[in-house]
Amino acid sequence: MQLSRDDLKRAYRSMVTIRTFEERVTKEFAQGNIPGFAHVYIGQEAAGVGVCFDLTDEDYIGSTHRGHGHCIAKGCDVQGMMLEIMGKQGGLCGGKGGSMHIADMSKGMLGANAIVGGSPPIAVGAALTQKLKKTGKVAVAFSGDGASNQGTTFEALNMAVVLGVPAIFAFENNGYGEHTAASYAVGAPSIAERAKSFGMPAEVVDGSDFFAVHQAMGRALERGRAGEGPYALEIVCSRFLGHFIGDPQGYRLPEELIQARANDPLPRFRTGVTEAGLLENADLDAIEKQVADEVEEAVQLAMAAPRPDIKTLETDVYVRY
Amino acid sequence: MSKKTYSQAINEALRQEMRRDPNVIIIGEDVAGGHGASGETGGVGGVFGLTHGLFTEFGPERVLDTPISESAIIGAASGAAVTGMRPVAEIMFVDFVGVCFDQIYNQAAKFRYMFGGKAKTPMVIRTAIGAGLRGGAQHSQTLHPLFTMVPGLKVVMPASPYDAKGLLINAIREDDPVIFMESKLLYGMEGEVPDEAYRIPFGEANIVREGKDLTFVAFGAMVPRALAVANTLAADGISVEVIDPRTTSPLDEDSILDSVAKTGRLVVIDESPPRCSLAADVASMVADKGFGSLKAPIGKVTCPHTPVPFAPNLEDEFMPNPRRIEEAARKAMAWAR
Ligand SMILES: Cc1ncc(C[n+]2csc(CCOP(=O)(O)OP(=O)(O)O)c2C)c(N)n1
Ligand SMILES: [Mg+2]
Repeated sequence: MQLSRDDLKRAYRSMVTIRTFEERVTKEFAQGNIPGFAHVYIGQEAAGVGVCFDLTDEDYIGSTHRGHGHCIAKGCDVQGMMLEIMGKQGGLCGGKGGSMHIADMSKGMLGANAIVGGSPPIAVGAALTQKLKKTGKVAVAFSGDGASNQGTTFEALNMAVVLGVPAIFAFENNGYGEHTAASYAVGAPSIAERAKSFGMPAEVVDGSDFFAVHQAMGRALERGRAGEGPYALEIVCSRFLGHFIGDPQGYRLPEELIQARANDPLPRFRTGVTEAGLLENADLDAIEKQVADEVEEAVQLAMAAPRPDIKTLETDVYVRY
Repeated sequence: MSKKTYSQAINEALRQEMRRDPNVIIIGEDVAGGHGASGETGGVGGVFGLTHGLFTEFGPERVLDTPISESAIIGAASGAAVTGMRPVAEIMFVDFVGVCFDQIYNQAAKFRYMFGGKAKTPMVIRTAIGAGLRGGAQHSQTLHPLFTMVPGLKVVMPASPYDAKGLLINAIREDDPVIFMESKLLYGMEGEVPDEAYRIPFGEANIVREGKDLTFVAFGAMVPRALAVANTLAADGISVEVIDPRTTSPLDEDSILDSVAKTGRLVVIDESPPRCSLAADVASMVADKGFGSLKAPIGKVTCPHTPVPFAPNLEDEFMPNPRRIEEAARKAMAWAR
C-alpha cells in the first residue's frame, strides 16, 4: 500500500513522540519525579508504530511492561500518560496504574501489562469478540522475546488457531529478556518458526525499518480482517538502553550498544523518505519541534498536578470492608 | 558476628548451604544473568542481587538461569526435589506465582500426603513480597494468606537479617516445600548476623519487644513498623509486647496466646487485604482459644480490599502505616471492661 505524505508525517510524528517521551521519562526518572520503575521503548519505535499504523480505535492491542511506545502508537493521550506515570490526578488510570498499567479502552488499548505473557491470552479473547460480533476488527498481542517462552503464550498461540480468531501476535525480539539473551532463552531456531509450528503464518521482520513492519502487518491485518485466523510477526529490533532505567548493563559490551544505535529507526526513516523525495528535511524538523513542545507541556502540567484524591483509594471496587 | 544486611544474610545462607550440600541448586530467571549476551555472564545475581556471586563460585550446573517460564521453574524444582536434589527456586516477585500456582499447590505441596508419606519434596521457593516501592498492582502484593491456607506448604516471613539467614538455612534443610517470603522493604535493613551457619526452627515466634498492656502481632515488613509504634506508645506509658511469629505456617499459637493472657489486648498488623488475612486468622485463633483473656475487641490493621495502587499517596495509605497502627492501639487501650 502506498503511503501519502500525510501518512508519512503521521508515522514520523508517532515515532518521534515515542522517542521524545521516553527520553524525557528517563530524565524525569533520574530526577526522582517518577515513582517506582520504568522500562522505556527507545530503539523499538518502528515496531510499535508499524504495527499500530493501520489499526483503528476499534481494533485492540494488549501490551507489556515496556508499554509507553505501544500506547502512543495506538493514540493514547501523551498528557494523560505523563500524569499516570508520575502518579498524578487526571492520569489515564487516575494514578492507580502507573507506567506498567496504562490503559485506554476508548483507544482499544487493553493495558500495559506487568506480567510477562499476560497479554497473549487476553488478546485471544478480544479477538474472539471480534469474530463473534463479526466486526472485521483484530486484536494484537505485543510480547517480547522473553514472553515468547511463557506457557500462557504457547496456550494463546494454539487456542487462537483452534478458535480461528483474528489475533495477531507481535513478538518484538529485542535480543533480551531482562539480562538474558534470547539466543540463550529461546530454544527454537526462531520465534517465527515456533509460531508456525502452532499452525499460523509467521514471518521475521526488520524492526528498525518502519516500512518493513508496516507491510508485514498489512499481511497480518488482511488475513485477520478477512476472518482467516491468527498471524505472527517476529519483529527483530534492539533495546538501546537497559532493561529498566538504571540497569548498569554489564552483560552487554559497549560495542554492541554502538552497533544497535547505528541502525536507529528514526534516522533510517528520515534518510529513506528524504532521499526518495517523499518528504523534506524541513517537514521532519517541524514535526520534531512540535513534538518537543507537546512533551514539554505534558511534563510541566504533570509536575504541577496534584496527587490523586485520597478518597479514590477505595473507589472502583464493588465492596468495602 | 558482624553487621550484615538482610540481602547479605540471605546470600550468605545460600552460599553456605551450597558449600555444605552439593544437592542444593538454584534455579530461576537471571539468578546468574548475562547468558548469551556479549558482556559478562553471571554478574547480575538476581534482579535484587540476592544470588550475586553464586554463579561464579558454583557454576552453571548449580546456578541455573531459565527462560521466563514460571510453571516450568517450579515444576522442575519439585521434580528435582522428589528425585534427590534440594532446589532453591526463585520467583522474582510473588505476584508472578499466579502463573505457576498449580505446580505449587496441586503438585509440590501435595506429594507427601497424597502419596501416603512416600515422597519428600525438599524445595524452597524464594520470592520478594510487599508494597511500598511504587511497583503497582502486579509487583507489590504480599499473598502470604494464599500460601498459608495450603496444607503441605511451610510459609516463612523473615523480619530481620538474623532471622533471614537462620530461617533460610532451616528452609533448605527441611524436607517439605517452603515458601520463603522476602520483604523488599527490608533488603537494606542491617543487623548482627553470625558468620557461621545456624538454624531457626519453624513455628517459634520471636518476642521482639516485651510489654504488659497490649500485644502486637506483625509479619514481615510490618514487624519493624509495629516496633516503631510500640516505642512511640511507650513514651505515653503504654507498654506494648511485639510478637513476630516468623512463620505463618506452622504458626506459634502458644506464644501469641501467652502474650494475650498477660496483656488482655491484641492488635494484629498484616500487609494484606482484610478478608481471609493473617490478621483475620490470628484474631479467630485468639477468639477461639484465648477468649477469656481478652479485655478489648481484637484490632486488625490491614490493607483495604483493593489491589495495590500506584500513586505514592494512595500506596502509603493502603499499607498499614504508623498512624493506623497507633489508632488501633489506642482504641484497644481505651476499651473499658
Ligand atoms: C510472569 C513474570 N515473570 C517475570 C517477570 C519479570 N520481568 C519483567 S520484564 C522481564 C523480561 C521480559 O523480556 P521480554 O519479553 O523480552 O520483553 P522486553 O523487556 O525485552 O521488552 C521479566 C523477566 C514478570 N514481570 N512477569
Ligand atoms: Mg526482549
